[in-house]
Amino acid sequence: MLLIRCPWCGPRDETEFRCGGEAHIARPGDPQALDDAAWAEYVFMRNNPKGWFRERWVHSAGCRRWFNAERHTVTHEIRRTYKPGEP
Amino acid sequence: MTAFRLAEGGRIDRARPLEFSFDGRKFQGFQGDTLASALLANDVFLVGRSFKYHRPRGVMSAGIEETNALVAVGEGGRLDTNSRATMVELYGGLVARSLNRWPSLGLDLGAINGWFSPLLVAGFYYKTFMWPRRLWQSLYEPLIRRVAGIGEAPAQPDPDRYDKMHRHCDVLVVGGGRAGRAAASEAAAAGKRVVLCDEGDPGAIAKVEVLARTTVFGYYDDNFLCAVESDARRQKRLWHFRAKEVVLATGAHERPLVFGGNDKPGVMLAGAVETYLRRYAVAPGKRAVVFTNNDSGHERARAFRELGIDVAAVIDSREGTVITRTLGGKRVTGVEVGGSRIACDLVAMAGGFSPVVHLYSQAQGKLRWDEKKLCFVPDGCRQAVRVVGRANGEFPEYRIAPLWEVEEDKAFVDFGSDVVARDVHLAAREGFSSVEHFKRYTTTGMAADQGKTSNINALAILAGATGRNIAETGTTTFRAPYAPVSYGVLAGRDLGDFLEPIRVTPMHDWHAAHGAAFENVGQWKRPWYYGRDMHDAVQAEARSVRKSLGVLDASTLGKIDIQGRDAARFLDRIYAGTFSTLAIGRARYGLMCREDGMVFDDGVTARLGENHFHMTTTTGGAARVLDWLEEYLQTEWPELEVYCTSVTEQWATVAVAGPRAGELMKELGFQTELPFMAFKEATIAGIGARVFRISFTGELSYEINVPGDQGLALWKAVMIAGEKHGITPYGTETMHLLRAEKGFIIVGQETDGTVTPYDLGLDWAVAKSKDFIGRRSLTRPDTRREDRKQLVGLLPADPREVLPEGAQITEVDVALPRGHGSKPVPMVGHVTSSYLSPNLGRSFALALVRSGRSRRGAELFVPLQGRAAKVRVVEPVFIK
Repeated sequence: MLLIRCPWCGPRDETEFRCGGEAHIARPGDPQALDDAAWAEYVFMRNNPKGWFRERWVHSAGCRRWFNAERHTVTHEIRRTYKPGEP
Repeated sequence: MTAFRLAEGGRIDRARPLEFSFDGRKFQGFQGDTLASALLANDVFLVGRSFKYHRPRGVMSAGIEETNALVAVGEGGRLDTNSRATMVELYGGLVARSLNRWPSLGLDLGAINGWFSPLLVAGFYYKTFMWPRRLWQSLYEPLIRRVAGIGEAPAQPDPDRYDKMHRHCDVLVVGGGRAGRAAASEAAAAGKRVVLCDEGDPGAIAKVEVLARTTVFGYYDDNFLCAVESDARRQKRLWHFRAKEVVLATGAHERPLVFGGNDKPGVMLAGAVETYLRRYAVAPGKRAVVFTNNDSGHERARAFRELGIDVAAVIDSREGTVITRTLGGKRVTGVEVGGSRIACDLVAMAGGFSPVVHLYSQAQGKLRWDEKKLCFVPDGCRQAVRVVGRANGEFPEYRIAPLWEVEEDKAFVDFGSDVVARDVHLAAREGFSSVEHFKRYTTTGMAADQGKTSNINALAILAGATGRNIAETGTTTFRAPYAPVSYGVLAGRDLGDFLEPIRVTPMHDWHAAHGAAFENVGQWKRPWYYGRDMHDAVQAEARSVRKSLGVLDASTLGKIDIQGRDAARFLDRIYAGTFSTLAIGRARYGLMCREDGMVFDDGVTARLGENHFHMTTTTGGAARVLDWLEEYLQTEWPELEVYCTSVTEQWATVAVAGPRAGELMKELGFQTELPFMAFKEATIAGIGARVFRISFTGELSYEINVPGDQGLALWKAVMIAGEKHGITPYGTETMHLLRAEKGFIIVGQETDGTVTPYDLGLDWAVAKSKDFIGRRSLTRPDTRREDRKQLVGLLPADPREVLPEGAQITEVDVALPRGHGSKPVPMVGHVTSSYLSPNLGRSFALALVRSGRSRRGAELFVPLQGRAAKVRVVEPVFIK
């Protein structure tokens, strides 16, 4: 079981968290201005790299806050977690 | 008699004799014995029958790697099957049975399998039981399971209670041998919090928490480890560890040698023989032959002689001699060495040592084949783990030369799975050269011992047979658990009523006292119907609501209090409809979509103030919706000032519905003329309440919300006031029926994550001129398709026919297929809800049907067993 560092609560068991998929994909400001392909890109398409990956996580059985994490998709190592808005 | 108890020595307490029974016979051992040592001391050598050939088997080892002496310990619900006799501490009154024999251990008719052993080769299941395929389930599999198999599950529930423990520590040491104890002491001296686990009892260590009889069975990410602790009478509990550093001092297992009849009772690991002599003061024989490929065999022979048993010969393969086969039936009586025979009653195998790297491998540690020591040794791990002592390949002066097999019949590689060397060669010839394929095909290493003594030998023989070296061949994956774990230990107390939280409303006891049957909705218990028979109850309840008055406990509906400067703007983005234009004191039905345009939840939300809303969600969706709101507030629109609070349990909700609902409300003190979809604070039956005029039944209906602790008082007041109107409590089944008559959807019943608001005909609930989550997707080509599945009503041709929910719908008159070979028929939709309505005097259904709206009036079919039900497509509103 992974030990994940919540930026607010500190290191906690993986079972307290939920993964929300790839991070840093902003919702388009004016969805109507996008053509079908661009909108589909936003709604459906996500990267799936072998290696380091930036993901959204939420501490659902804890403070219920969202944050970002850099996880290695092969080793599961999480080398960094950071609050939304932080680079 | 050949095996016997030595007159002195051993770590047993001769002053404390213990009675126990094995296969119904009474025996005596001593405090400090294991079941295996006590049986050997009583000269009981035959303790089990093998998995496939039912060959007689005896104790082979003195530890957890035991693969022959599997026994059932205990009785009734406490039966612990497939226990290693070498790990079962003796206690007074212990009851044990042998496994896999019929009718008895001495006379086992299954041994006849041995005569057919040429047929039972690697992969024999696949080769023999091939045709006809339909006989697999009815004949082959039950037959195989009866003849080949070990142990049986207890028939009664386990009466014991299992606890779970959690421990954080600086250093977790696994293994209490010399290396483990030294590492633990050193860490404790440095001021670290240290826990040491050992399968046996290593004794106390200063400043170290020692867990005896504790087997660490799993090593997971970030130094998370699991262990089972047992007390002397086999009561168990589960431990979870999170350690900053792990020290593995798990030692090494001795390997058997592979030669003819190496599985006979009396053939044992050399180290085990020494353990029985020293620790338990048991001589497993009077005259031993040691068979070795390394230095340790000679040391063992010296020790055996010192401790009082004869050694007839040491056969060292490095000197060019080998044992070709053993002699004897249920007990070894001698060995054959190069054509001559040596009489003996004990064969001690010294095949070299394999470090116990299982946990290290589970931790994703890498292994390296050591050509000199002939074993895999740890070679680097990402986790904070250190391997010490024999587990790290640190053996004392040790020279070994490979002897992986003596080519002979019945040369067993895996005793537990009954795999012989010839099976390995056959598998290699048949192309199973990948070690993972080979394992599954021959079942090597897949018995209860998980190949602790067999894997390296099998691997080496496979490597030889395929012309590769061992490093190239590689190992199979080591997986948790290291040793079998009882289900009860893993389940702990999460059983029965404790399996999941149970949520009940404040009126729950009233419902139970009035004969309610309950339905599970998420974690909630909701009254399903009142009475013995669902059909009768629902017909009466539904009639009563339409004719006079019904009352429903709607407390489980999700309720979210939404406040803040931007609350209205936020709801406009969340809901498909517009809420910023909603007047204070009014309520509106809203649909939530996901970004892909599919319906996600629905409910009525009321505006309590300029910046204050009361949102309701589906009962099962409340938590999901709150998470959804939080996600968007935190990640997409952090600039909005909105606060969402779950108030589901703060409010108890009583819904009164029916033509007499208005009169009842007046009698309860509610004098206001409340318009439809409006809200008012009021005092109802003396209780401060929020009253909503909302309807899920289509009848005149009020939802009265009072603080949770007043729920039962309100319910009782409503029941008393409603008595003269014939008020009838109704459950969820009636609620579903009544809303379906009106064509109101239930999210999760009429929707399945692939349904848009337009598919449901809810265009009116979708705003045209503002953005909301999912809006853009509703103009994608796929969501605009005319042939999407759309919500329709169905009237069966037979008005008594209640269609099964979930049934498929076809255009052709066809029954459900039987067996294979039926021609596929295109499905055009499925039934989502189906009821018998007392108000319509007939059955009806809701369904999602491809191009459904353009099929109104058309006939379709619902395939059933042996026939199809004819149905007519209608508008999904049955009572206007």
